Parts: sequence; structure tokens; C-alpha cells
Amino acid sequence: MWDESTGLMLLQGVGESLYMTLVSTVFAYLIGLPIGVFLVTSAKDGIRPRALLFKILDVIVNLTRSIPFLILLVAILPFTRLVTGTTIGSTAAIVPLTLSAAPFIARLVESSLKEVDAGIVEAAQSMGASNFQIVRKVLLPEAKPSLLVGGAIAVTTVLGYSAMAGFVGGGGLGAIATNYGYYRFQNGIMLITVVFLVLIVQIFQGIGMKIAISLDRRK
Amino acid sequence: MAELRCGILSDVLLEIKHLKKSFGDTEVLRDLSLDVHTGEVIVVIGPSGCGKSTFLRCLNGLEKVQGGEIRLKGNLITGSKTDWQKVRQQIGMVFQSYDLFPNMTVLQNLTLGPVKVQKRSREEAAETARKLLARVGLAEKENAFPRELSGGQKQRAAIVRALILNPEIILFDEVTAALDPEMVREVLDVILELAKSGSTMVIVTHEMQFARAVADRVVFIDGGEIVETSPPEEFFTNPKTERARKFLNMFQFDKRKEEP
Repeated sequence: MWDESTGLMLLQGVGESLYMTLVSTVFAYLIGLPIGVFLVTSAKDGIRPRALLFKILDVIVNLTRSIPFLILLVAILPFTRLVTGTTIGSTAAIVPLTLSAAPFIARLVESSLKEVDAGIVEAAQSMGASNFQIVRKVLLPEAKPSLLVGGAIAVTTVLGYSAMAGFVGGGGLGAIATNYGYYRFQNGIMLITVVFLVLIVQIFQGIGMKIAISLDRRK
Repeated sequence: MAELRCGILSDVLLEIKHLKKSFGDTEVLRDLSLDVHTGEVIVVIGPSGCGKSTFLRCLNGLEKVQGGEIRLKGNLITGSKTDWQKVRQQIGMVFQSYDLFPNMTVLQNLTLGPVKVQKRSREEAAETARKLLARVGLAEKENAFPRELSGGQKQRAAIVRALILNPEIILFDEVTAALDPEMVREVLDVILELAKSGSTMVIVTHEMQFARAVADRVVFIDGGEIVETSPPEEFFTNPKTERARKFLNMFQFDKRKEEP
């Protein structure tokens, strides 16, 4: 059971898992960050209250967040094929991972931006700053430490989902754990994949927190 | 001196007519009219909850008004088409809670407005910021973060942050209310100096001694309306209205009687 190919396979699994996780998280932020920003600015106490826009975004985020990941993954298979040309493998898994992480990230961003003191937003307004300038130069920079903590949470959550994607042919450590541990009862390999997953989570969480603390000038 | 200044500088910078403001069903400002002349220092006093902070916030659009009009140099700024980004650059504001950007240095706090909003060059903004910081005794603090400053230093930096945009008028909203007593003086001295150099200001404060020293006119607000407008000496020694007298009496203490 233990030979060179096992080691290679595990390494490849780590690589695939990281690939799925990081690429999905980046895409999910491209969608989730603007939604999170609009959730804050269009809210009733936001800098540009827009009740309808807020309601629509709020409902979309809640709806997509309530769909269990495995159901979403299966439900959007046609869309996944349309985007990536296939429904199995790591690249295909990126599509459902991105779509399920985006609303989650929108909420993380929303809560980070809401932590920014309303007083400093008014201070920026009283300088004559535009709403765009307030978002770009005050809200996002002042929320940076909190956004980074959110980023670490997002990456580790996506990693967990990516292991689930492995269960249905998504590749990565999840696929290895399923194929060897679940179907062939090779508990050793399954344990190793779990150890790898724990290590990756630790590293991402640790890096995220470290940067966040070093950037925070409030205390 | 107050009369002298008002007499010479007769042009109206800020014209407030029949201002009305309510939060839901609660009327906060009933019918408020006031002219602020160029170079004039108006001190607004009144009991807590009388609407004086709301009044100030209406002047730069942080609160929407429900009636009346405000004109800045003759231009209506209470209409629906008001470009508040432009107007607010002319009406600076300093807040009770300083509201410096906590993750920026003092210098970054000061240059954000001139560079990003007014599109002035970074070099010029930094140079002006340093000059102003020196003027308020904070020359050494340009690279400090707000948390490293005392309350008084934060508020002086916040005043500079408003000044650097070259506003026509500056609004001060109870800027010493959150400060420890020993730091109040250093902030008030800065404002006094600004008054001497001819800045137009509307100041909401609870510091009566300071009001008396800095004001050209004292405006007493109670229950959402202006009850009395007088030169400071007259207001503090011989108020015209009963309500103002009552308010001022709250700051007086009778001597304890049991002298041996």
C-alpha cells in the first residue's frame, strides 16, 4: 500500500485541493465583495439607501446560502459543463465552489464593513468625499483587518467544501479520502488526507490572522 | 468689538431661513432663521436635546431638512439638486468624537481630503498639512496613529483636517464634550486663535466661559427655536428672556450657608 505512487498521489491531491480552493475563493470574492459592499451602502442606514436593491441582494444571498452545497453542485451541472466543458475534475468543481462561496463571502464582507464606525464615514462625507471615494478610501481600508480575518474563514470553508466536491468526482484530497478510505477501507490514507487538510486550514488561518493583526492600528 | 466686526463685515455668508427638521413625528427644529456673516463667530448654546447639534448637521447636509432654506453665498443648498460634495468642501465640520480614520497616520488623515477629494498634489497637501500641524503644536505627530494621541491631540488633528480643505466656514459640534478637563483648554485655544485670524465659525458648546470669549454673537436655542440672539457680554450679564436666564442659572452655584 505504501509506495512511491501513493506519496505522489497524495501530493497531487494537495495540489488539486489548493488549486480548487484558491481559485474558487478568488472568483467568489470577485462576486461576493461587490455584493457585500452594496449590501452595506444600500441599507437603510447606508451612505446611499436603496430599499429595493438592498431587498433583492438580501433575498438572493439568503436563497443561495440555504441551498446545501451537494445539491447546488448537482443542480448546476449543465451550467458547469457550459463554463468548463466538463463536469468532473478539479476545474469543474471550481464553478459550484465559487457560486456557493460568493453569498457567504458577501455576508462576511457586509459584517466587516458594518464594523467601521459610522462617525468616520460622516467625517469623510463632511469633507465632500463621493460615495465611491468613501467605499474605496475609507470603508474598505478601515475594514481591512476584519476583511482579512473573513478571508481566512472563507478560504478554510471553501477547502472544506472542496473535499465534499471530491466525493462526487471533484478531485483533490477529498477524492482520495473517498476512493481509498471510504471504498477500499484504507484508513491510513484517509487519515493522512485529514492530517493534510488540518495542516492547510491551520496555515491559512494562521497567515490570515497574522496579517490582520499586523495591519490593525486601532489598539 | 462684536458690533464693530458685524458692522464692517456685512456680507452674509450663510443664510438660514425658517429651517424645519423632524425625526418622524418629533419636531426638532421648528422655525429657525439666522444669518452668518463672513468672519463672524456664532456660538450656539442651549439645553441638551434642544436641537443645536441637529441644527449644525443640517448646515452641511448630514441631516435632511423638511422645510425652509439655507443659502451659502447666495446659492440655495437645500434644494434637491444640491451637489453636497462641492458644498461640504466649503463647509468644514469637526465632531465631538474626533472621528479620525484609525488605520491612517495623522498625515494620511489630513491629506486624504485635499488629495482624493480636491485633487490637489500630494506634495502640496503634505506641506500644507505640516504647516497646519505646527500651528496647532502637533509637528512631531505626523506619523503617529490616532490611538497614540491624547484626546486633545486627536481633536486638534481633527480641526486641522477640516482646515486643510480651506472651507468658507467651519462647524464645531461640541468638540470638547468628550475631553478630559485638562485637555479642553488646548483645543479651545486653537479655536480662539482661528477666530482671531478671521475664520467664520458656528460653534456648539457647553463651555460658557469660552463662549463668552470667542463669540461675536450668542444664539440661544431651546425647544427647537432660537429664543435669543445677543452679543456675548449682553447675553451672559443681562439676558433678555426668562428662558435664557433660567438656563444660565444652571451654571451658578450658591455658596454653602454655614459660614462660622
